[in-house]
Amino acid sequence: MSPIQNVSRRGFLKGALSGATFVLAVRYLPESASAETGPLGSGSRLETGDSGLPSDTVTGLNHTAFHPNLFVGIDADGTVYIVAHRSEMGTGIRTSLPLVLADELDADWKRVKIEQAIGDARLGSQDTDGSQSIRGFFDVMRQAGATARLMLVQAAAAQWNVSPAECETDLHTVVHRQSGKKLGYGELALAASKLPVPAKDQLKLKPQTAWRYIGKGAPSYDLTDVCTGKAGFGMDARVPGMVYASIERPPVLGGQVKSVDDKEALKVAGVSQTVPVDPFKPPHAMQQLGGVAVIADNTWAALQGRRRLKIEWDHGANAVYNSDGFKKELQEAARKPGKVARNVGDVETAFAKGGKVIEAEYYVPHLAHASMEPPAAVAEFRDGKVVAWAPTQNPQAVQDTVSKALGIPKEDVICNVTLLGGGFGRKSMPDYVAEAAILSKRVGKPVKVVWTREDDIKFDYYHAVSAMYMKAAVDAGGKPTAWLQRSAFTPITSSFVPGANYGSGGELGMGWVDIPFDIANLRVENGPATAHVRIGWLRSVANIYHAFAIQSFANELAVAAGRDPVDYLLDLIGQPRVINLKDIGYQNYGSSAEAYPIDTARIRRVVEMAAEKSRWGKQKLGKGSGMGIAVHRSFVTTVASVVHVEVTDDGKITIPRVDTVVDAGMVVNPIAVKAQFEGAAVFGTSIARTGEITATAGKIDQSNFHNYRVSRMTDAPYQTNVYLVENNAAPGGVGEPGVPPMVPALCNAVYAATGKQIRELPLSKHKLGK
Amino acid sequence: MIQLRVNGTDRQFEGDPEMPLLWYLRDMLELTGTKFGCGMALCGACTVLRNGEAVRSCTTPMKYVDGARVTTIEGLARNGLHPVQKAWIEANVPQCGYCQAGQIMQAVALLQSNKKPTDQDIDEAMSGNICRCGTYQRIRAAIKSAAEGIA
Repeated sequence: MSPIQNVSRRGFLKGALSGATFVLAVRYLPESASAETGPLGSGSRLETGDSGLPSDTVTGLNHTAFHPNLFVGIDADGTVYIVAHRSEMGTGIRTSLPLVLADELDADWKRVKIEQAIGDARLGSQDTDGSQSIRGFFDVMRQAGATARLMLVQAAAAQWNVSPAECETDLHTVVHRQSGKKLGYGELALAASKLPVPAKDQLKLKPQTAWRYIGKGAPSYDLTDVCTGKAGFGMDARVPGMVYASIERPPVLGGQVKSVDDKEALKVAGVSQTVPVDPFKPPHAMQQLGGVAVIADNTWAALQGRRRLKIEWDHGANAVYNSDGFKKELQEAARKPGKVARNVGDVETAFAKGGKVIEAEYYVPHLAHASMEPPAAVAEFRDGKVVAWAPTQNPQAVQDTVSKALGIPKEDVICNVTLLGGGFGRKSMPDYVAEAAILSKRVGKPVKVVWTREDDIKFDYYHAVSAMYMKAAVDAGGKPTAWLQRSAFTPITSSFVPGANYGSGGELGMGWVDIPFDIANLRVENGPATAHVRIGWLRSVANIYHAFAIQSFANELAVAAGRDPVDYLLDLIGQPRVINLKDIGYQNYGSSAEAYPIDTARIRRVVEMAAEKSRWGKQKLGKGSGMGIAVHRSFVTTVASVVHVEVTDDGKITIPRVDTVVDAGMVVNPIAVKAQFEGAAVFGTSIARTGEITATAGKIDQSNFHNYRVSRMTDAPYQTNVYLVENNAAPGGVGEPGVPPMVPALCNAVYAATGKQIRELPLSKHKLGK
Repeated sequence: MIQLRVNGTDRQFEGDPEMPLLWYLRDMLELTGTKFGCGMALCGACTVLRNGEAVRSCTTPMKYVDGARVTTIEGLARNGLHPVQKAWIEANVPQCGYCQAGQIMQAVALLQSNKKPTDQDIDEAMSGNICRCGTYQRIRAAIKSAAEGIA
């Protein structure tokens, strides 16, 4: 059976989609998960249009229509519906993937409506992380569009009684070349719906020269709604009869309620009840943290009631966690020999030869995501089923987590995906949706769980805390003959596997084992670290600390050698070649090494271009002014950034300019991609300048933007110029790869400006003035 | 009883006078364009206009808007788009978009009092508004372009 099926013939067009006469479903998963036996009637159509929210949230539109899979539909009026199955958190993916389909369909973008998919395993992965949406679904979207286009051509040809080969498409129209006859897509939709779906080998994809949208891009589909306040985020979701909940959670991970006094809380006008939330069963994974919820008829009352709860806690085993002491343990672990993750030549012999040896240690504290929208979710439990509305990066994980929390089948959890007010990896974890579902079941009404900013900062899935130890033996010219790097960090696997304390292959593959330097003797190691808080993914993940250590150390070696950092970096990268790491099981972000090689020619090129665009070495820099460079490959995209900083005598940093050169292969939507790298420069600036989460006795010390500071307009780069390397290589990731080089490039610039070497983040802990 | 005018409509409020305006707008009037970001006037996501001036609705109790005119993102333009919204759209400012209503309201207030803001004026007016996606340089460009359009 073709993976693409014409579902319109199978009577799937119930409810809201009955207006669309021609619907294609694209399927990736085994036939056992066939749409033919799927749970009809339990889904919901997500008409976004004016509100940006699923309209059943806003208008109570029925829940009967079901979108079985990623698909395109065409109405008799010519409206094209394209389903976005990945989550929109600001990367523009909700626009960019449908744009690919629209291009192959030869559709008029102005006549496209985008619908957000609910969580459904038959779509394949919906986990919008790892900068993988375009990589993973570019071909699929093209095929889906090309299939629809071919069927429209066939329908027109049949009507005209000519060969389909004589027909072509031209922007929402099928044209017969010889006669000049034309039929619009809407006019053909019904006839096309009666045709068999062509096999994949019958499809003719457009040649690149005929692309209308791919490579040119489009502004965000939600742009006007966002600028007029109509766009619907999870925090804005609302259903009739809904009550509001605010939860007091155990301040230490794994803690439990000893006793609760809710008398004062219940006196607050609008508060209806308090509800205990059971703690998770270890490992915590994506489960709720537990605690006590206050239920009220508005958010403010819930917050006021919560403030009046008197709770005694049993803090549990993680109350031993103190960041100061832990830092010393971590640094000790990083100094010791660890598990060998990659070994080239023989570093020990090279070090034993004597000569100049340089060592350095780096440290990056925990970081919090602090997306502007704190976690929030609405869930309604009714008749044994849950319908949720959530700003989630992973609606299928919502289904899993909620089904386990309530002991109901996964199919009975419907997860509607709203827009996300930022995600950065936090919203891959659906603990907050589980809270809403658990509470709805207890309260018997739809419940909206609202996290405060304090909740967000204190109960995050934090970026790992990490220590890196670096050692190099250098020759007379200052070039390394041996290079040893050791790390210890609290791995993400600790959230899922009790006791997991070594970095996973995925984490070590994020810029650590894949260090692209040409060094005869190279060893990469990783030591143990035990997590005492929840650890999760944060935009670019382990690349943050790996790039910081490697690119800072490279700069230190350049300085020690008296060399220009750009020239020295190019020497370290070495001659153009492809680095093959298959023997160590390198995961390459889930992509093939053939399509996405570690190609040092491409790494060199971004460095050279960044130097050229930033006028590296060609400007006379004043006192307190400096430039720094770093390059890093992550998510199969290579990025070099040059940062220009100015540091005043009293240590105040400004960043007048950043030049970022990106080789992401072919780019679908340059408008969105440039914005991602502008944003990544700011995100990286926040990490470098002020990013620090610490714990005392297991409790997080920070709480809001006054003590977990993120970059404001005055802290951020004044101007970030983004340059995309033009090539036709397979498309790489763009959401995350801008972050890793930004942090060391900024610190290297600070060194150039002040002579102060930054080995521990954030910069705010260092005295940079005179 | 507190009386106020929200986006041109007269309203009466009889609840807790300490309740921040933000929750009245969001939970009771269902005007969710104004966002909750921090609850401490640290991020600006909740910015609205009170009698034409930008205020943080998350820390503005209802008792302080008695008799006031309140304008939210939904009421910024009666017909079509406000020049600042147009500038935002032309510059493709938003990424996730969550903070942008607050940014736009703050920028509107700035341009009402300062027709030709300098970089420093923009820094001063806008540095209370956080954008975690990092759209600051486009915000600055959009404000300048709106200033030209309004002038």
